[in-house]
Amino acid sequence: MAQAEVSMKPTEIQGGHGHPDKWKWYDYFTFNVDHKVIGIQYLVTSFLFYLVGGFMAVLMRTELATPDSDFLSPELYNAFLTNHGTIMIFLWIVPAAIGGFGNYLIPLMIGARDMAFPKLNALAFWLNPPAGLLLAASFFFGGGAQSGWTSYPPLSEITANLPQTLWCLALIMVGTSSILGSVNFLVTIWKMRVPSMAWDQMPLFCWAMVATSVLALFATPVLAAALILLIFDINFGTSFFKPDAGGNVVVYQHLFWFYSHPAVYLMILPIFGIMSEVIPVHARKPIFGYKAIAYSSLTICLVGLFVWVHHMFTSGTAPWMRIFFTISTLIVAVPTGIKIFSWTATLWGGKIRYTTAMLFAVGLLSMFVFGGLSGVTLGAAPFDIHVHDTYYVVGHFHYVLFGGSVFGIYAGIYHWFPKITGRMLNEPLGKVHFVLTFIGTLLTFTPMHNLGMQGMPRRVAMYDPQFADLNQLVTVGAYILAVSVIPFYFNVIWSWIKGAKAGPNPWNAMTMEWTTDSPPIIENWEVLPVLTHGPYAYGMEQADQVGPAGEPLATPRS
Amino acid sequence: MKQIPAPFWTLVLGIAVTLISLWVGQNHHLLPVQASEQAPLVDDLFNVMVTIGTALFIVVQGAIVYSLIRFRQPKGDDTDGLPIEGNLPLEAFWTAIPAVIVVGLGLYSVVVFQEMGGFSPGGHHGQGAMMAMAPQPSVIDVAPLIAQTEAGEDVYSKTQVYGFGASPLVQMNQPDVTVNVTGMQYAWIFRYPGTGITDGELHIPVGQDVQLKIEAQDVIHSFWVPQFRLKQDALPGEPAELRFVATREGTYPVVCAELCGAYHGGMRTQVIVHSAEDYAAWVASRVAEAAPTTAVAQSAVDATDAEYLAKIAPELAKASVQIAQSTPTHP
Repeated sequence: MAQAEVSMKPTEIQGGHGHPDKWKWYDYFTFNVDHKVIGIQYLVTSFLFYLVGGFMAVLMRTELATPDSDFLSPELYNAFLTNHGTIMIFLWIVPAAIGGFGNYLIPLMIGARDMAFPKLNALAFWLNPPAGLLLAASFFFGGGAQSGWTSYPPLSEITANLPQTLWCLALIMVGTSSILGSVNFLVTIWKMRVPSMAWDQMPLFCWAMVATSVLALFATPVLAAALILLIFDINFGTSFFKPDAGGNVVVYQHLFWFYSHPAVYLMILPIFGIMSEVIPVHARKPIFGYKAIAYSSLTICLVGLFVWVHHMFTSGTAPWMRIFFTISTLIVAVPTGIKIFSWTATLWGGKIRYTTAMLFAVGLLSMFVFGGLSGVTLGAAPFDIHVHDTYYVVGHFHYVLFGGSVFGIYAGIYHWFPKITGRMLNEPLGKVHFVLTFIGTLLTFTPMHNLGMQGMPRRVAMYDPQFADLNQLVTVGAYILAVSVIPFYFNVIWSWIKGAKAGPNPWNAMTMEWTTDSPPIIENWEVLPVLTHGPYAYGMEQADQVGPAGEPLATPRS
Repeated sequence: MKQIPAPFWTLVLGIAVTLISLWVGQNHHLLPVQASEQAPLVDDLFNVMVTIGTALFIVVQGAIVYSLIRFRQPKGDDTDGLPIEGNLPLEAFWTAIPAVIVVGLGLYSVVVFQEMGGFSPGGHHGQGAMMAMAPQPSVIDVAPLIAQTEAGEDVYSKTQVYGFGASPLVQMNQPDVTVNVTGMQYAWIFRYPGTGITDGELHIPVGQDVQLKIEAQDVIHSFWVPQFRLKQDALPGEPAELRFVATREGTYPVVCAELCGAYHGGMRTQVIVHSAEDYAAWVASRVAEAAPTTAVAQSAVDATDAEYLAKIAPELAKASVQIAQSTPTHP
């Protein structure tokens, strides 16, 4: 079997900053600039916010088990739906997938000792906890923002002004964090690859992070602009979005969605990267169509900037826009399809190991096929007009964000936990976690499509009694999902303390992060590694002489 | 015994997947009854997408499940799988097929959109281009509420109108019935110009060309009748229109689809599609200010919205929305 090998070439350690041998527990609560510490900070923080957002979801589903508003007050329900969306997007998936996995893995995958701008990196992380505190504070000063995560004016300008302002400030902070992180990723990947690594010898996760970072840099400032204008409208008497004083409510929607549609790609592109890492390792096969997957990430990044109006088909949208954005939205299905087919082809002819990481990756693949197909139906304006702002949309985006992003984060955790902690997660417990999550996801989000098409709008605390039965089914599914996280969190905490020792490369993987200790030493390697084979050279004879596309590798610089 | 050749199995599977997909596309029963001329157009588009989606779903999931079973790691086998890194013809094939499908769906969507009247809201034929605007006496460039406009002053001729207009077949015709629809927290108000009728429910005749002029008074609302497959946001300061022909008598829900505040979920009323005779009788009874149907009759002239709403609020709260039979009418 092909094994990852590193030729040890004497290179001077480029650290020597008087670091200790190992970080202590309290180092994780400081302004530490080690990318691995920052990655763990992001992951742990985001997993805590995941519990908060999930708790809100459970309360909302309890409310929706009956047609009347009889468990939460309607105002509180709206505050929960707003903050559930906000937390799950901005404080769970984005920080976990980009901040957590990105920061931890990128330098290890490209043979760097750290990110390009370590202090900027620490600053980017430390913008997140205060944002969470601002959201928490918004509940104690006015009952939380209540205008949905989209916060459309005029509603957001006349409802719960102080919490709404705090909400805007929190989002500006996480947006700033996202921009700082993106600059860091781009420079790191561009400039700090080990000298022998060409662009097309990078692991696909790095390509996904390039696409993600470019997208975040283009889109995020626009959200900041929208939110600053909204803060001015609420607090300082301006009227950018006030129709009775010359403002325009549709302008906000354009600014908001110019960021927030790309935001869904920010949440899924890193996950695509994780899929491209996990599947080849556990299927024991080279990734099928390396270049197609790499370039399709860039294509999604490019096309993803030109589809935002599909969120506004029923709003103040001119006919030509409805048509243009129908076509552009449908086009996104092509590069996404390429990825799906390539991963499926990677499974074909492999020696598939049923590890929990692989189960979640394949589960993601199944879910994403369904979520992607419902996404195509939503791309077509005539049908979208019927189901826009209904539970069909809620079902669709939970399929791709929970069945996609969250499954991907789980797969990543099961795959890289041995590297991060040096210990293995418990596999039987992992399989219990997978089964509960898979069943819960199907039961929770599939009936939502029926509800939406039959006439149930989203964001309602009370609904027509004819929808009660399906809603009860969805609520049962949500409870199963709530239970499903218990074995996972227990597994992580217990294994981190008592799990079996992993060793440097428990999966026999080929990418560079597996060539160092688990957990890696403070500057990652005693001596910098030299590339001897491609990242996915499974089953190849003379694996040390060819790259991912079968070409001879560049000669290492001496 | 000789083995059956693989192409034969492929052909059989292909035919089976095609037949299953076609059946699912026509028999999914996911959508409510069709009650407007636009509804069959939308449903046919959806059925095509369901057919294609089912085929893709079966093929991809089938490949995944087959791989998981057929290519699982044998016990004690630590070797790697086949070192296949790509296959250009195959990759070109699975890039081209979805590309052709989405272009086809895009073109089909445009055709459906045109037939629904999507290119002519506000009676414009400039496909969304801004019309030259007459100078307005006010300093703001926001259209006044329809409810506040002087007689003879037409907001719709001055600004961009959103929504759905007349279908291409009747573009030059005036609508048979026009209703001004105002959304406010948390009710819909329906005014019938020239008759003095104001109601909390929408009454329209079957088979006639109806034009709704939609606006919002406070925040964004969204007018949606699931059985009509039509939805349009009511935007403060932005006039919008929905023009349609109801094809089926009955009572259908009118739902607000845009988050508009705490009681957004309670912002529900109904549209009653009458026969022509019943509608005429209803109008006559309301004009004569005879006994109201469900809501309180009141002249719109001498009542503010707040006064009007205060009177009908108890009725609105009690009104249980009857939902039309949700048995789809698939041919």
